[in-house]
Amino acid sequence: MSAILEVTNVSKRFAMGGILSRNYVNAVVDAGFTIEEDQPEVLTIVGESGSGKTTLARMILGLESISEGDIKVAGRSVSGRVNRAQRLSFMRHVQPVFQNPFEAFNPLKEVDRYLQASARVLLGATSRAQVEAAMDDALQKVGLSLAEVKGRFAHELSGGQLQRVAIARALIPNPAILVADEPVSMVDASLRMTIVNLLRDLRDQLGVTVIYITHDLATAYYISDRIIIMQEGYAVEMGPARVVLDAPEHPYAKLLKDSVLPVENAGKSRVQPADRKTAQAAAKLSGTGELVLRDDGRSVRLPRDGDGSVAV
Amino acid sequence: MFSIIRDLFKYNREFAVGAVLLGLIVFFSILSFFSPVDPTMLYIEVPDRPPSGEYWFGTNSRGQDMFWQLTFAFRNTLSFGLMVAALSRVISIVVGLLSGYIGGVVDRILMFFNDIFVSLPIFPILVLFYFVLRSDLTTFNLALLMACLGWPFDARLIRSIALGLRHREFTRHAVFSGMSPAKIMFEEHLPYVMPIVFSTAIANMIWAIGLEVTLAVLGFTNINIPTVGTTLYWAINHSAMVVGVWWWIVIPVIIIVMMFIGLFLLTVSLNEYIDPRSRLRRMGG
Amino acid sequence: MAFSEETVREQRDVLTLNGLKAYYQTNYFGVEREVRAVDDVSLSVREDEVYGIAGESSSGKTTLIKTFAAAIRPPLRLIDGTVEYKFGDRVVNPYDMDEDELNDLRWKHVSYIMQGSMSVLNPVRRIKKSFRDFAFEHMDRSRAEFWNAVEDHLKLLYLSPDVLEAYPHQLSGGMRQRVTIALATVCHPEFIIADEPTTALDVVVQKDVLAMLDDIRKKLRSSVVFVTHDMSVHANMADRVGIMYAGRIVEEGPTSELFTSPKHPYTAHLVSSLPQIGDTTRKPALEGRPPNLAEPPRGCRFHPRCPLAIEKCTTDVPPLESVGANHRSACWRSADVRPLTPAVKPKTGESA
Ligand SMILES: Nc1ncnc2c1ncn2[C@@H]1O[C@H](COP(=O)(O)OP(=O)(O)OP(=O)(O)O)[C@@H](O)[C@H]1O
Ligand SMILES: Nc1ncnc2c1ncn2[C@@H]1O[C@H](COP(=O)(O)OP(=O)(O)OP(=O)(O)O)[C@@H](O)[C@H]1O
Ligand SMILES: [Mg+2]
Ligand SMILES: [Mg+2]
Repeated sequence: MSAILEVTNVSKRFAMGGILSRNYVNAVVDAGFTIEEDQPEVLTIVGESGSGKTTLARMILGLESISEGDIKVAGRSVSGRVNRAQRLSFMRHVQPVFQNPFEAFNPLKEVDRYLQASARVLLGATSRAQVEAAMDDALQKVGLSLAEVKGRFAHELSGGQLQRVAIARALIPNPAILVADEPVSMVDASLRMTIVNLLRDLRDQLGVTVIYITHDLATAYYISDRIIIMQEGYAVEMGPARVVLDAPEHPYAKLLKDSVLPVENAGKSRVQPADRKTAQAAAKLSGTGELVLRDDGRSVRLPRDGDGSVAV
Repeated sequence: MFSIIRDLFKYNREFAVGAVLLGLIVFFSILSFFSPVDPTMLYIEVPDRPPSGEYWFGTNSRGQDMFWQLTFAFRNTLSFGLMVAALSRVISIVVGLLSGYIGGVVDRILMFFNDIFVSLPIFPILVLFYFVLRSDLTTFNLALLMACLGWPFDARLIRSIALGLRHREFTRHAVFSGMSPAKIMFEEHLPYVMPIVFSTAIANMIWAIGLEVTLAVLGFTNINIPTVGTTLYWAINHSAMVVGVWWWIVIPVIIIVMMFIGLFLLTVSLNEYIDPRSRLRRMGG
Repeated sequence: MAFSEETVREQRDVLTLNGLKAYYQTNYFGVEREVRAVDDVSLSVREDEVYGIAGESSSGKTTLIKTFAAAIRPPLRLIDGTVEYKFGDRVVNPYDMDEDELNDLRWKHVSYIMQGSMSVLNPVRRIKKSFRDFAFEHMDRSRAEFWNAVEDHLKLLYLSPDVLEAYPHQLSGGMRQRVTIALATVCHPEFIIADEPTTALDVVVQKDVLAMLDDIRKKLRSSVVFVTHDMSVHANMADRVGIMYAGRIVEEGPTSELFTSPKHPYTAHLVSSLPQIGDTTRKPALEGRPPNLAEPPRGCRFHPRCPLAIEKCTTDVPPLESVGANHRSACWRSADVRPLTPAVKPKTGESA
């Protein structure tokens, strides 16, 4: 058993402010998790806005430098990639899915250009027939076909189709990992389910691991195996998704779950601000303590003294 | 291509007027290939004849038929302007896209040179080259020289667009599709900077031709090559206005104004056609 | 509170739309196109009411909002219909106003939070400058008072005053979204229009932001119209919800009724496709493609994807007719529409 993705003690610091008042933002602090090669899963990252989810995803994709720690993909450090060959070999393992399907394609170019480039450069297909076979193959996986997509422009396809084409494109080099940063937040409710169901099928049928970043705890519960809950750059609770979401333990995780808007009493009650007491408890604990492993497989960030006795 | 031109003609008045104006001037310059006279020969006609049925544009004090003389002048000036614009566009596209897309050290180095070129005093340099090269300063050499001096402002404009494009999601998508930087720059990004390229091309041509005229009038170019500038040089040299040979100056000026208006209208309409937003709407986006 | 039927009826209409049609009309070198993004929409929004608009991507929600916020510019054109606001005793029609009056209307009475708030902020100006440019002259306050008010207002949205010094790209998506909401509400307008105001926010902040919008509404008895894809937000914010499909309102009614007994097959699908924490059964997704608004299907625009479609649906456009108190639906078979899954969802652990 070998790890396809190893994130060890990764931190990211941004400098902010002018020349006179320089302060630093700790976007990600000490993040760590491992994804095994032969154990595909949906790993969900949820958390506060501004808690560093996007930053973490960008570091995994090699789009952001790492301040401390190391990220290894298939045993090779992400930050060490210098030449084009290394970058391409990295892209064969890890591929992104973008947030806004309408923005992910150059509006002036046919959408199949991206698939073609992937098949040629990343998969190494040379003949026209090979390229088209690879494209069609990937499109079939997401419920489309090359005939439907060939020569089309982005505006000729619906949002759901575009997002599926984007995912098909990412699947061409047979990557082990897809990094999807809020892939459904811009699309409507029914489209959302099309894409979420697709991600689920990718894991079950193709053995692709999906790192799924979202604000939607309901879809997170629906598809994920593991979950990481982040607050101000720290992972405060992580573990099996259902275990964590059914009964969260860290105050922030509780707050998050309690803040999910219920639909049972639609139209019968008004939103109230998030529960202040839990929120304060959560804020007070932010950034303190260490991750403690529990019997049920989850880790919770608890204060150093007297573990387990967190007053809420 | 043909249908594009037909559509533009039909639906865009600016294009129609511009194309007709420029077409006339291009036709006029092409006539030079059928000229019965050699433009470098002097005193082959009766000098100082006003425009008439025999000499449409009159003759000058050097005994040349102005009609044929000007066909050569406009052919040279037009091709000179086009050459400068085309060459400097190539430089500014390459520099702008590279600098905007690659960024980092490449950007800093290129922009450093860019700033140097912006601050160079162009006129003295051209004069210096004239004195060094003398008769080697052919039209092509001068065009090359001016292209090397005329790109920096436009490169900056292109860079700023490329910078914006670099952060668009489709660029990242292209990167993760394995497209090479060259492919991304010249296939994905180039269409977005084409409107700028076109609209700066006309400004660049006007600048180049204007500078050429200035240099020529002062005698700092090869005055034996007939251009609009050298035509004016000789006219001034012979005090054309003072002695009443007004057509020697007025006619070339009228034609060059027509040329600029034509070029301007063409760019305006082409720009609208080529602009990504309007293109998208036409495609139905 | 605005829930019981009586109070709903007593409230005055603040915004009335009548037969509104707004098309994107383009003519580029002979290729004429007309996208009928808003096609015959009539609705009214009452005082002190929250009106939610949901619907498919590119069904014309943003276009509808732009049209009644009088924020349209070519190629979008108002083709037909009227827009009428009533503030106090004043009845105004934004399409009869000149530029100054319109500006006044925009800042004093109506505020519009645009979709994609990330791109609204000028990337090369600090947030502070945006506040000064947009809000300062409309607040009639001294500089110090103004900045105090701004900082207090940011606190309501759980933003630290530090964000004023930041450039937009230095903030996370959610922070940028809150900054634009702050910008649009700092003048406490009477009519708030919000286009997807909370899509990039985590659920905790989303709850706070929604509560703040609701708070402003309560204090000023203002009206709120908002668009979102997130049905759970509608469930908790809106008094009434309008569902848009292909440029038309297909159903409109009190929130609880829409969720429990929808009268249009598209609504039924929308409310049943929501997953819930504690529920992992496979949820269906709507088949088929969204209609092309340049050539919408004849008859009912939903019929190619509708499980209930009959012959008549392919030829005749169903009118938006009353199917109950305050409840209208545009479906020939509205009586046959059933919720796809039971409205009561499985138990979800200990939280409410
Ligand atoms: N380029 C940058 N310069 C300075 N600070 C940055 C930069 N990018 C992000 N940050 C900061 O890092 C923190 C984390 O941002 P990030 O975008 O990762 O959050 P997020 O979890 O994705 O939030 P959201 O859910 O709102 O998208 C924020 O405080 C943000 O202000
Ligand atoms: N400037 C434009 N020119 C032509 N058509 C346009 C323009 N802007 C929008 N459209 C079209 O109008 C229709 C409605 O768009 P609109 O932005 O109102 O949708 P929406 O319901 O807000 O979608 P979303 O949920 O994705 O925000 C779409 O088909 C869109 O393609
Ligand atoms: Mg993010
Ligand atoms: Mg919209």
